[in-house]
Amino acid sequence: MLDTKLSRRTFLKTTGALGALAAAGGSVAAADSLFGADVPAALAETEETTTWGHCAINCPGRCALKFHVKDDEVTWVDTHTSPDAGFDDPQARACLRGRSYRRWMNSPDRINYPMKRVGARGEGKYERISWDEAIDTAASKLKEVIEKHGNEAVYVPYATGVSATTARPFNRFLNLVGGFLNRYGDYSTAQITAITPYMYGAKGGSGSSLSSGEDAKLILCFGSSPTETRQGGLTTHYDWVHMRERTPAKIYIIDPRLNDSAMGHSEEWLPINPGTDAALVAALGHELIKNGQTDEDFLHTYCVGYDEETMPEAHKGKNLSYKDYIMGTGYDKVEKTPEWAAPITGISAERIRSLADEIATTKPLYVVQGWGPQRRSNGEWAAWSIMALPCLVGQVGLPGTSNGCREARNSPTLQSLPAGTNPIKDSISCFVWTDAIEHGEDMGAKDWGVRNTDKLKSNIKYMINYAGNCLTNQHSDINKAHEILSDESKCEFILGIDTVMCDSMNYSDIVLPDLFRFEQHSQIATGSDWGYVITGTPATTPKFERKSAYEMASMMAERFGVKDKFTEGKTEEQWIRELYDKSREKDPKLPSYEEMQEMGVYTRAYPHTVALQKFREDPAGNPLVTPSGKIEIFSEKLLKDTEGWKLTEGDTLAGMDTLPGIPAYIPEWEGVESTTKEHPLMLSGFHYRGRIHSSWGFIPELKEVNPQEAWINPADAEPRGIKHGDKVQVHNDRGKIELLAKVTPRVVPGTVAVSQGAWWDGDKKSGKDGVDKGGSINTLTTQRPSPLAKGNPQHTNICDVKRA
Amino acid sequence: MTQYAFHFDGTRCTGCKTCEMSCKDYKDLSVGIAYRKVYEVTLGETKKADDGTFTTDCVSYPLSMACNHCDDPSCTKVCPTGAMHKDAETGLVSVDKDKCIGCGYCHMACPYNAPKVDRAKGHSVKCDGCAERLAAGQKPVCVEACPARALDFGTVEEMKKTGDQANIAPLPEKTYTNPNFYIKPSKDAKPASDASAKVVNPLEVM
Repeated sequence: MLDTKLSRRTFLKTTGALGALAAAGGSVAAADSLFGADVPAALAETEETTTWGHCAINCPGRCALKFHVKDDEVTWVDTHTSPDAGFDDPQARACLRGRSYRRWMNSPDRINYPMKRVGARGEGKYERISWDEAIDTAASKLKEVIEKHGNEAVYVPYATGVSATTARPFNRFLNLVGGFLNRYGDYSTAQITAITPYMYGAKGGSGSSLSSGEDAKLILCFGSSPTETRQGGLTTHYDWVHMRERTPAKIYIIDPRLNDSAMGHSEEWLPINPGTDAALVAALGHELIKNGQTDEDFLHTYCVGYDEETMPEAHKGKNLSYKDYIMGTGYDKVEKTPEWAAPITGISAERIRSLADEIATTKPLYVVQGWGPQRRSNGEWAAWSIMALPCLVGQVGLPGTSNGCREARNSPTLQSLPAGTNPIKDSISCFVWTDAIEHGEDMGAKDWGVRNTDKLKSNIKYMINYAGNCLTNQHSDINKAHEILSDESKCEFILGIDTVMCDSMNYSDIVLPDLFRFEQHSQIATGSDWGYVITGTPATTPKFERKSAYEMASMMAERFGVKDKFTEGKTEEQWIRELYDKSREKDPKLPSYEEMQEMGVYTRAYPHTVALQKFREDPAGNPLVTPSGKIEIFSEKLLKDTEGWKLTEGDTLAGMDTLPGIPAYIPEWEGVESTTKEHPLMLSGFHYRGRIHSSWGFIPELKEVNPQEAWINPADAEPRGIKHGDKVQVHNDRGKIELLAKVTPRVVPGTVAVSQGAWWDGDKKSGKDGVDKGGSINTLTTQRPSPLAKGNPQHTNICDVKRA
Repeated sequence: MTQYAFHFDGTRCTGCKTCEMSCKDYKDLSVGIAYRKVYEVTLGETKKADDGTFTTDCVSYPLSMACNHCDDPSCTKVCPTGAMHKDAETGLVSVDKDKCIGCGYCHMACPYNAPKVDRAKGHSVKCDGCAERLAAGQKPVCVEACPARALDFGTVEEMKKTGDQANIAPLPEKTYTNPNFYIKPSKDAKPASDASAKVVNPLEVM
């Protein structure tokens, strides 16, 4: 019923003839006389209902969303919560971003219709077209490229905006029409993913769970901020807070920033120069060796390559062990003393000695790393060094320890939409696709890390960019990426699919409007200390002409005559149910699909997971998947795999023409030892509260309280006349960005920290002379890949800062 | 009367602002208005010596705060129309929007930055403790949203058990308004009287 208590303001807000009429004549009477006896449907009170959904962005939190819906519109977004929940109760509570979904789903910038590009690539000019025209164009262009250049010219760039069991339909479609150029690695973990198998084998790449930190006495976190990287209520944010409250351990967070995970506990912060973790570990190793505090039994039983005794036969007698590197008897012949490491790391020799002593005398020791230290030009070796540290003192595979990798994640296993088999085996690093557009046919195994072929057969000519902002914004050197993509003779066609026009979408030739996963049936399994599964139903009907990615891929398949093979006669919901039922056959503890839909969130407890526990218990019975079956601190395989590789200056240690087979400190191309007069500061990125990568980067309510800032120490700000809150420009040879200065002692002097993922906002015609007023750090990052992984070294940069 | 109070666990809060954004969604607030805000207090120095090594005594901690539903609220005292009032049953302080003339005295008087005049709505707005949720047996939306479980809400007797009354910087002396805000301070937190502990993120909270 209409409210009869009419306030002055409500009256004034009521506009139009019907409103005034209703107010003057009595609402019911007026409505009756105009429209008949029944209250019109539009005015009838409707019930509010709730539906479950899940966050699907590239954060393993993938938290629960409980949509309150009225009249087919979301009124607000709640989460998995209850008023009486205790600290130990598992609730997959959404973070500030999840709670802001309504702003995104109802954004005026939401894509509503298929569109075709009518301006230049990157310009962002589009015109509405029909679904038929959009799919016909995308399909016929794909046929043309395949005929002319082969399926090797088709590529699906790294894109992580949508995750669910059925979120990769385009790969399945492409595999039915001859396949596409593969990629390996990812922008999150390229370097650590490349190096870990050499040390721990193919299956040893995960650390202990964060909950295992409860059993530790000393915790060392290298470049990790569990609260900022995964912010939800049942992922590492919660796990970190929970573990810290439960553990008796002393904690150190070794980071150039006093990151948010140390807030309130600032004594945990051990400031370090970015890119120098390997030097710190080498100096700690030096002290442990010098003082006889290494666990020689462990190193001789479980490891290869620590010292001469454990070197592989072919490499004996050449001073190539890690110990030779540390003690200065091999490689660069420099003894890695604390005095050597101090000016590099910024940590005093005295502090390195006291930390080494704590490491030697406090057990269990839990060493964990985030993915910041590895996303660098020397990232493979930084990650490897951090993993080597717990081995030096035998703190691996025991309760309360970890293996130096990132913390483990527990999750029930759900099957995903089968991608089929890709007939094309050729594969590139996920990061070098811009090069493959420009000169793919010149790219080979020994120079670009191309796999399963000596040379690429074609340049990339066709791309499907589904829910990705890695064409420009989240790739590197945005100005250079623009140059490459804007030339339509190079990559001839880009199909873009998303919910809003992020910068990468502006390079699409055809744009298709996507549905959120919570606007369709969806299911996902994830977890951290706890595992959980979220089963969602559509919160609203599809609005405008938006469709699911599954429908879009089906339409593409239809144009190629493979629709039946693609769908196998099933709707997406039928696939989800079938995949779930198959998963349940292997894991009968999972409830039925109907029960899962009803409960929305299914949680599962896991014990404290200890990395390499079985190997520690019985190394011969449970060998690692390395050539020796042991932990390899020297990797013969790495040397073999990279034999004859073409290296660029700075890729390896001075004086060497191969990559080092041990976890050495390689100075960064642009780092503490290579700043210049023109660019005297280092520039490093980090994850920000208000975005996950670039997702949510355009939401005004989030931007307001999470402003894009350059963190700069007062020691660097003052000589430049920069005050807290000033508008500044951070610049280097690749471009300029404009943002606000956060002048703070929370960042080390000599380093500027800029959160990654801000939306690029500039004038592309000006190239690197233009100013990116969005403050995207990737305007300033390089496209040069790291030496082994050929991955993105996006934290390795030098710069200067001035007032804008 | 049962007086209700907020509790803040400073040892758990990481400053993520989920509390603030969940409130903004539930209460449908736009840019410029937030009923709960997260303050960053940072002090100390991180220096580099001539030999290139760092020393730091930097301390940084967050404080999440909405309206403290004070026993002796300054906002109700200065309100010329009686729009700002304290509920006799729950002690929650809220605005009667039909009485409010949008003069902004409450905004100026409150030492906790709680009420603000929403110019689009033409009246003062603030946290009302999610009174309707409380009546339905729930807690305020911010409390149930916190991923780190750093917020709580309940009777003042309950909240007192694990916290001290509004005792950390940058809060003013609690004697001004007798706020119903109980805090378990982090190791970093400075006492309320410490003038050196300043809010360093004014742009995010004003």
